[in-house]
Amino acid sequence: MNTLEFLKYLSNSTSVSGYEENISEYIVNTFKEYSDDIDYDKLGSVIAIKRGTNNVSNLKIMLAAHMDEIGLMVKDFDDSGTIRFTSVGGIDPRTLVAQEVIVHGKREVFGVIGTKPPHLQDSSDSDKAFEMDDLYIDIGYDKKTVKELICIGDIITINREFTELQGNSVTGKALDDKAGVATMLQCAKELKKLNHQADVYFVSTIQEEVGTRGAITSTYKINPDIGIAIDVGFGKTPELDKADSIEMKKGPAITLGGNIHPTLRQKLIEVAEEYNIPYQIEVESGPTGTDARSMQISMAGVPCLLISLPLRYMHTTVETINMDDIKNSGNLIARFISEITSDNLEGYLCY
Amino acid sequence: MEFNSDLLKNLVKTFSPSGNEERVRELIINEIKDYVDEIEIDNLGNLIARKKGSGKKIMIAGHMDQIGLMITDIDKKGFLRFTNIGGISSLLSISQRVIFENGTIGVISNENVEDKNKLKLENLYIDIGAKDKEEAEKKVNVGDSCVYLSEYYEEGSRITSGCLDDRIGCYVMIEALKRLEGTNNDVYFTFTVQEELGIRGAKTSAYKINPDIGIAVDITGTGDTPKSKRFAVGLGKGTAIKVMDKSVIVHPKIKEAMVNTAKENKIKYQMEVLEYGGTDSGSIHLSREGVPSGVISIPTRYIHSPNETINKEDVENSILLLKELINKEFNL
Amino acid sequence: MLLKRLTEASGVSGNEKEVRDIIIEEIKDHVDNYEIDKIGNVIVYKKGNVKGPRLLIAAHMDEVGLMVSDIDDSGLIKFIPVGGIDKRILVSKRVKVGNKKIDGVIGAKPIHLQKAKERKNALDLKQLYVDIGTYSKEETEKLIKIGDYISFDSDFREFGDNLIKAKALDDRIGCALLIELLQTDNEFDIYGAFTVMEEVGLRGAGPAAFKIEPDIAIILEGTTCADLENSDTHLQATRLGEGPAISLMDRTTYFNKELRDLLIKVAHENNIKYQYRKTSVGGNDSGTIHLSKEGVKTATISVPCRNIHTPVSVINKSDYENAYNLLQASIKKILEGGIN
Repeated sequence: MNTLEFLKYLSNSTSVSGYEENISEYIVNTFKEYSDDIDYDKLGSVIAIKRGTNNVSNLKIMLAAHMDEIGLMVKDFDDSGTIRFTSVGGIDPRTLVAQEVIVHGKREVFGVIGTKPPHLQDSSDSDKAFEMDDLYIDIGYDKKTVKELICIGDIITINREFTELQGNSVTGKALDDKAGVATMLQCAKELKKLNHQADVYFVSTIQEEVGTRGAITSTYKINPDIGIAIDVGFGKTPELDKADSIEMKKGPAITLGGNIHPTLRQKLIEVAEEYNIPYQIEVESGPTGTDARSMQISMAGVPCLLISLPLRYMHTTVETINMDDIKNSGNLIARFISEITSDNLEGYLCY
Repeated sequence: MEFNSDLLKNLVKTFSPSGNEERVRELIINEIKDYVDEIEIDNLGNLIARKKGSGKKIMIAGHMDQIGLMITDIDKKGFLRFTNIGGISSLLSISQRVIFENGTIGVISNENVEDKNKLKLENLYIDIGAKDKEEAEKKVNVGDSCVYLSEYYEEGSRITSGCLDDRIGCYVMIEALKRLEGTNNDVYFTFTVQEELGIRGAKTSAYKINPDIGIAVDITGTGDTPKSKRFAVGLGKGTAIKVMDKSVIVHPKIKEAMVNTAKENKIKYQMEVLEYGGTDSGSIHLSREGVPSGVISIPTRYIHSPNETINKEDVENSILLLKELINKEFNL
Repeated sequence: MLLKRLTEASGVSGNEKEVRDIIIEEIKDHVDNYEIDKIGNVIVYKKGNVKGPRLLIAAHMDEVGLMVSDIDDSGLIKFIPVGGIDKRILVSKRVKVGNKKIDGVIGAKPIHLQKAKERKNALDLKQLYVDIGTYSKEETEKLIKIGDYISFDSDFREFGDNLIKAKALDDRIGCALLIELLQTDNEFDIYGAFTVMEEVGLRGAGPAAFKIEPDIAIILEGTTCADLENSDTHLQATRLGEGPAISLMDRTTYFNKELRDLLIKVAHENNIKYQYRKTSVGGNDSGTIHLSKEGVKTATISVPCRNIHTPVSVINKSDYENAYNLLQASIKKILEGGIN
């Protein structure tokens, strides 16, 4: 499977937190080719397992990228037939004004997000941002029909097609963190060419955007020796501080900080340097806002690494990423995995 | 079905702030012991009552605790200062009466401030009528807890009382258990502690029980009062089936099972998308490898005040839904 | 002196190595088993003839501090906070940067050049930086890397009436109590945990408790103290010199009443001065320990600490001694069957 095609399919599909099942089968079918077993945790995280060679000590490395995306949910109706909604995960209401949406009711229903029209607003309102309660979805039916089609609790996604931009840059509505799932696929492909002792668990986790919940349950199930989270990081744009962001197309960002195992992370950097894979550094002092947050403190504790993919305009509908960064990240993780054995791991973990 | 007012009245008047659930636990044990096969109390004080069966392991959870106040200081003149146990609002607390476990009654009042809206809990105090510290300490010690004093009022289909959060959930569970003719599923009726302090009892009890399915029974707010925040749930519109709150996104298959059960049995229900708050299911669904979980909510007005208000028909519909769910064959 | 070594070591959350090494050196000859777990906690077992419920004594190794987030073209160092730090305490301070402990200062715009209005707002973290005396990025990069930890520069000093000033008394004071307990030949059968990353969300204690599976845990802490500014007694969370503080409830735990009552009874029986922690704000490792697996009964014994989370924290030595005596006597009571 071509990594770009895989990412395109995922980005265009719907998998709002809690409702990821829609894409599990596609992920399973794709990963089957590169793994030996498929499993799930009880909340729906998808686990593809690639067995290692001579793995007598049952060494386990878990990769985690989340398969859920942010979205909206129907919370009420107006007499006019318009739909009121809330967000699932963090969304800036200012990014929602005048968007096209799909409401996933009895069938998929197209709609647009509207606001109070300009002529009914005070001129002094123009500096004020819209809040979620100011916005509504118009699907073009009266209340009776709307209620036949749609139920409180139905999910809503933004209607936005995946597109290739200049160079190897691509844009889509939910690259956070489907780009991470694509990175796992790249890693799985690369691993096929390499020897590795550890059993590798490629986990597409659920409900990261509402509190890294799938990482809690899947890590408990697997109880790995090493956990590697793959998520997106803030790509540098002019309005961002350099210290808060990472550069586009400069390779995976290796995270440093308390959530990350310090000596194991050093090994990851050495692997990048040995194989001339570009990388950059990102710092986070406390628990990161990624699956690594939950993996690290599962059961008796799990040494964790975090790879961040530079991504611009996070949690908008025009997220962009560079395919080179996905490729380099996947390859780096594969090389790293192939160098870990039960004999040398203890040394890498030594504080 | 006859509404068991005496049971609910006893439940709400029993002293049980978070961390001090012993009394209500005793009451519930006495009420249910003839209807279950096993009763156990876990390390944190949760009451776990099992009704054996060979099907899926289902954990039903309602919390026994209530919000309250804890005494942190007694001054020379015998006035008590306190901190909150759970979500206590300073504005709502002014002029309330409180009652301690030993029956001591006090009134809450405030220091003289210009703007009452800016009152913090530390500007409030409790007066138990003691003339000095020594006399106060004969009745109350630092570390003692108290709760708002409230009266139970029932008229037609309406009930107003303090502490319906979540004694009404306990009530729904007890009534469903009593009406149960038998079940294929292995059901654990769990009356949890310390929900109001961060869904704590449900965490340890879920780990212990290790269920296949979790169902919390708790209250939710309403959006049907003057100029309230937009929220589609209303009093008297049926039992509320939760879709989402801040602690859990209900597993789609559990949501589906609940909606189908309600439809098949002609139980009046409404859907609930709550933009704040959480329940015991928030902890249960993240236990171990994950537990698909749902929530049956009882719509309630004026939550965390001494005037929590519910509708009896909503309660009856919640009991019916829970009873039918317990008997259901789940395919996950 | 043990507490001097411990507080002068740098152990910002996530970078506890220096503290951990000292602890291991101090305890290794006195315990039956010790290990560093997967996330850096030190887990200790000391066998004893006095046996009872499985008892865990825990203290956290880490302290609040800063971390290097960027080096600008002029060689100045930008940073982010690690744990709860009031940004207003940072201005005009000395710091140590990285494992080589390079000296640096956090400066501010001279008052001569400020407008009156500017001073109404606290300086934001984004406006602050560390200067190590270099003038170019290259020079700084030879000494410091992004991700290096920064700790306050503050030495251990005794002063006043039986007082000590140091940084990181929260929770090196707890580490010191636990080390002393393990070094004493008291025949208690106990587990100890020196945990990581308490200050960034009680991260280390959960995995440690999961592994040890205790029935009962006592957490040793340095806790907030407000006995100088406020005359209202109920606002004085703890007071210096009034003995160890026993916690009732905080934002993370409703402490076990039976255990709390046992501590108080022990204090009375042994004439040990104690006080209640009169606030419910804050939290400690108990938050994760008491919810581990099927639940754990917990209590917290704290040494009151003025100016907590600043370079100039202050304790009273007598509170340390009373805390130690209370700890020792309580363990004995617990192991002899004082708790069901």
